Amino acid sequence: MTTAETAQTTQVYRIYIKATPEAIWDAITKPEWTERYGYAAKVEYDLRPGGAYRALPGAEMAAVEGVPDVVVDGEVIEADPPRKLVQTWRMLMDPELEAEGFTRLTHEIEPIEGGSTKLTIIHELEGAPRLANLVSGGLEGTGAGGGWAWVLSDLKSVLETGKPLAG
Amino acid sequence: MTDDDRVFKALADPTRRFLLDRLFQRDGRTLTELESELEMTRFGVMKHLRVLEDAGLVVTSRSGREKLHFLNPVPIRLIHDRWIDKYTERQISALTNLKNELEDKP
Repeated sequence: MTTAETAQTTQVYRIYIKATPEAIWDAITKPEWTERYGYAAKVEYDLRPGGAYRALPGAEMAAVEGVPDVVVDGEVIEADPPRKLVQTWRMLMDPELEAEGFTRLTHEIEPIEGGSTKLTIIHELEGAPRLANLVSGGLEGTGAGGGWAWVLSDLKSVLETGKPLAG
Repeated sequence: MTDDDRVFKALADPTRRFLLDRLFQRDGRTLTELESELEMTRFGVMKHLRVLEDAGLVVTSRSGREKLHFLNPVPIRLIHDRWIDKYTERQISALTNLKNELEDKP
């Protein structure tokens, strides 16, 4: 696999949020935060190398027929609070997505001048074209949510205003 | 200049929109690759990429000796969610309803 081929299957998302790195770290790793924005799943993290990661559906998602008890699973590769979290990430919402296997997800958190923090998501999606389409928001019109850009936009809203985006 | 101003300014140029379209089609490209699709000097393409980077629409990452350019759709999403949505939501849902209604008919 050459560099160019790997790059094509990697997606990068960056947002600036008026919040501390610690607040952003908590918003990514604690269920009481993750159920307030984006897909509103409740995460479970064992924040050490080899530790388990699971995302359980929030109340709204759990009410939909056919939604599994665990919607995403994976394993922590590196946890350096509140700066860097690297993990594997596999979507379990349907058998085809599950069959694409584990992808690699990195959150980088970096404070910048003026009290804001830069959050970058790097999702390495080699061999997972369906998931790549989903997380890029390609299925938003079908009710599958707007992927990482939508999740980050909502996260910014929750951290800066205390409220998610309308709708 | 606000963040939104930088995004609108960056988008208000056909060359920069072309560069974003190339990255949308295939992400993680080098300057050399992007330059080869434009009738423009390397320096000119670099200037346009700099404007896109300042607006947050392009994020770069080093991979060995190469600098790769990635499309970051988040600034456009933010403008959509906080600003454009306000004006378009009603019309779009009306059109979506109409489309559903028409397509449901045998």
